[in-house]
Amino acid sequence: MANEYADHTTLRSPLGRVRGLGSARSGTHHWWLQRVTSALLLPLTIWFALSAALLAGASHAETVAWIARPHNAVLLLATIGLSFHHTAAGMQVILEDYVNQEWLRMGAILAVKTIFALLALASALAVLRIAV
Amino acid sequence: MSIMQDGREATMVGRRTDGTPIKRPLSPHLQVYDMLQLTSALSISSRITGTAWGVGLGLLVWWLVAAASGPAAFANVQWFMSSWLGLLGLFGMTGAAWYHTLNGVRHLAWDAGYGYDIPSTYRSGRIVLVGTAVMTVLTWVVAIAVWA
Repeated sequence: MANEYADHTTLRSPLGRVRGLGSARSGTHHWWLQRVTSALLLPLTIWFALSAALLAGASHAETVAWIARPHNAVLLLATIGLSFHHTAAGMQVILEDYVNQEWLRMGAILAVKTIFALLALASALAVLRIAV
Repeated sequence: MSIMQDGREATMVGRRTDGTPIKRPLSPHLQVYDMLQLTSALSISSRITGTAWGVGLGLLVWWLVAAASGPAAFANVQWFMSSWLGLLGLFGMTGAAWYHTLNGVRHLAWDAGYGYDIPSTYRSGRIVLVGTAVMTVLTWVVAIAVWA
């Protein structure tokens, strides 16, 4: 067992391989979070789609009253946070795959993340203003 | 290993768990696939609908911010959402949302190691397509029933 890697010339230690963190030191973190957020978004999205359908044609007062209900506000905040996180992660992978130029790729990813973070904060503020 | 075609390949040299070197693949380019093939078409559609949903999130932000601003701003959202362009957008967004959600479940099953063989892949792909159509129509039946 001790000589398991002796035949192969590699500078990577067995410990490094087991930890699987690679040169970016983040390993599968990004991939894993994308899966976790998708699993959490599954019930939240079904809840939101149904709620939105039930709010079709609702007046301003009715809509605000719906958002202000504590359980709706909490679930909305969770939906906002997870949706923007998941979408930003997905957009990052798409940009990494299809944008060839390094500066353009990095610029686009940073721009997308900045815009999504601001939009998430704006919608969270709106929910909190109504609910608190 | 052949001559590098892409700068990113420099970071794509890895090792298998047994220690032998491997050149990791770049994500496949779109033009190598026949888009009439169900599996490729469904695969890229997942990314397209995900991106469409990113745009749809803009509508969610507008709706929430307008609701917080007051009745006048909210009336603008309602005017747009009930215009033919808004309804078309919302309908498209509903379809994209259901497709991305159902295909996401298909991906989670793959990640867990299920349904990888070719017949299962085609079967689950067809289920996703039928499911998308059914759920999109169902969502709108509820919305229209509430609205009317």
